[in-house]
Amino acid sequence: MTQAAIIGAIQRGLKRGPLPADQKAMLAGRMAAHPRHVIPARGQLDRAGRVALFAGYVEREFGTVDHLATLAEVPGAITRYLASQNLAPALVASPHPALQSIPFGETPMLSVRFGTASPLDPVSLTHAFAGIAETGTLMLPSGPTRPTSNNLLPDNALVVLRADDIVGCYEDAFDRLRAAGPMPRNVMLVTGPSRSADIEQTLELGAHGPRRLHVLIIDGEG
Amino acid sequence: MLQTVEGFTRNATGAMADAGLQKALARAKPQFAKKRSAAAAGLPEFEALREVAKNIKNHAIAHLDYYLETYAAAVEASGGHVHWCATAEDARQAVLKICQDAGAKTVTKGKSMVTEEIHLNDYLEANGVQPVETDLGEYILQLRQEPPSHIIGPAFHLNREDWEDTFRKVHTDLPADRIFRERRDILTEARTKLRQKFLTADVGITGANFLIAETGSSVIVTNEGNGDLTQTLPRVHVVVTGIEKVVPTIEDTLALLRVLARSATGQDMSVYTTFSTGGRRVGDPDGPEEYHVVLLDNGRSGMVGTDFQDMLRCIRCAACMNHCPVYGAVGGHAYGSTYPGPMGAVLTPMLVGVEAAGQLPNASTFCGKCESVCPVKIPLPNLMRHWREREFERHLTPPAMRYGLAIWAFFAKRPALYRLGTRAAALGLSWLGRKSGAFARLPLAGGWTKGRDFPAPSGDTFFALYAAQQRAKGP
Repeated sequence: MTQAAIIGAIQRGLKRGPLPADQKAMLAGRMAAHPRHVIPARGQLDRAGRVALFAGYVEREFGTVDHLATLAEVPGAITRYLASQNLAPALVASPHPALQSIPFGETPMLSVRFGTASPLDPVSLTHAFAGIAETGTLMLPSGPTRPTSNNLLPDNALVVLRADDIVGCYEDAFDRLRAAGPMPRNVMLVTGPSRSADIEQTLELGAHGPRRLHVLIIDGEG
Repeated sequence: MLQTVEGFTRNATGAMADAGLQKALARAKPQFAKKRSAAAAGLPEFEALREVAKNIKNHAIAHLDYYLETYAAAVEASGGHVHWCATAEDARQAVLKICQDAGAKTVTKGKSMVTEEIHLNDYLEANGVQPVETDLGEYILQLRQEPPSHIIGPAFHLNREDWEDTFRKVHTDLPADRIFRERRDILTEARTKLRQKFLTADVGITGANFLIAETGSSVIVTNEGNGDLTQTLPRVHVVVTGIEKVVPTIEDTLALLRVLARSATGQDMSVYTTFSTGGRRVGDPDGPEEYHVVLLDNGRSGMVGTDFQDMLRCIRCAACMNHCPVYGAVGGHAYGSTYPGPMGAVLTPMLVGVEAAGQLPNASTFCGKCESVCPVKIPLPNLMRHWREREFERHLTPPAMRYGLAIWAFFAKRPALYRLGTRAAALGLSWLGRKSGAFARLPLAGGWTKGRDFPAPSGDTFFALYAAQQRAKGP
């Protein structure tokens, strides 16, 4: 049995047999407690500080940010954004309850389809589980209301993020994710739009994932 | 042309004379170092985190048996499958079997050094499965049938004209007279070509930067998003990775991620850091139905408990090669091995034997820069020294070097004689070279003067000058 052979070789190297039960219990305890290590001080701010830091890092990483008061402002903001980028007013939106609650009906020029992105969709709208101020990173877990394809296939990724969901560090975001249930199949941490520097070490945006990443931060309730 | 590890000295000489490579090296090298140092300086906790990262990996390796079995159990519990593989051949067969069971004709691949290590592509191709590399750099190398020359920037040795030539030669369905106005046009052409591949592939193969025992997750980091498309769109996702990648918890992973991208590309965080745990869940609208992990040993377990155990901490960031004067002079292909640079010089003799790869740990100035930038503080020069010792003990070094060292040792053990000899040499060479200050040719130093002048000593030896100075000072 290959597994036994590999484990046996490791134990020979470590000059011991299988770990005794008390040591196993100690290691299991460490995993259950999953202690944090050094946390960078820069994200440890109040709510306004986290929002500002998050937005600053998104922009440094070539993303863009729009600050909105409520979800009701989303259709107008998207319409303006798409026009400014010379894009057609159409998008595929993830079937998330918060996105479904947006009054898109009041903006009839904007065509919205709820579902999973196909390669033909140029624009997607997704809902972030959290934002991480430390590096301007979005946490996008998979699930029935959050298809992974929507984060990847369209050339233009629009993301709704509640300011209340912007946390200081990655650990804070994973604490929330742990509290929400078992580990989802896929958890993406996204920092800026897709890029490559494979050609002559020169940065080009839009390699295989989205070329544009636009985050709509919702400051208020709704 | 495929360069072999045995031919390092010859490869290196060729690399120094390769104008295209030297152009690429001159462009890339200062950038790598500048970006890393800016990213490190931008995080006050960076040095503390290097120590943390080292300790996490040491803890994981000291309990590797436990964490591997815990990890494997967690993968199975989340509906995935683990394939334990002792050798490269086992791993190749395991991947092929998964592909065949899935009825796969084409597989897309995210960037993975372990699949390079086991030469997976050739094997799949020989067995009727077409692999398609999707990382931009790996894609062009596959078209050119070249191995990567760097573990995170596989095609950095190519210049723009190489990209254009290759794309014109291979993408023959596009107008032959199309114009590449800027780099963006090259990227767009590759993106369009690869989109079709992503959508039709039956299996997606990625590597893993970390495996998490707590959750049974595999973690990849990319900037392009190709790894994510590879592990999202096909029906089957296969992770091919080494047993040393396992760490206990998400928090341990996060601490390591904080030093990984900063050390590698100088980014605070890669664009996509993705945790994959099992296959598609009930209600999931997308994602692979099957999730497999091919866990490769290939000599790694044999490093546990040896002088080389520290090497198992390596997180493959490439900082060591980005700061290495030898790598900076000859590039990655000259090493003739999957892993180049200082980390490759330590790892390769482990993988292919010191008989074949003995020249790699000798290709070092022992300047120590690699160790000083390593995010997990691997004592790379020391580990190279261990290989040199083993090589010497096994009489693998050439006779001239052994005699030379014996002569040096004779003098070194007799300080008075040593000082007399060096003083005579210094004064003599200083006098002989008093006109030009350098020698274009020098007996016994042909290896040096073939590539550059040998500077003439400026006068007396340090010992003599120091003694004279002390005398002048008086008691």
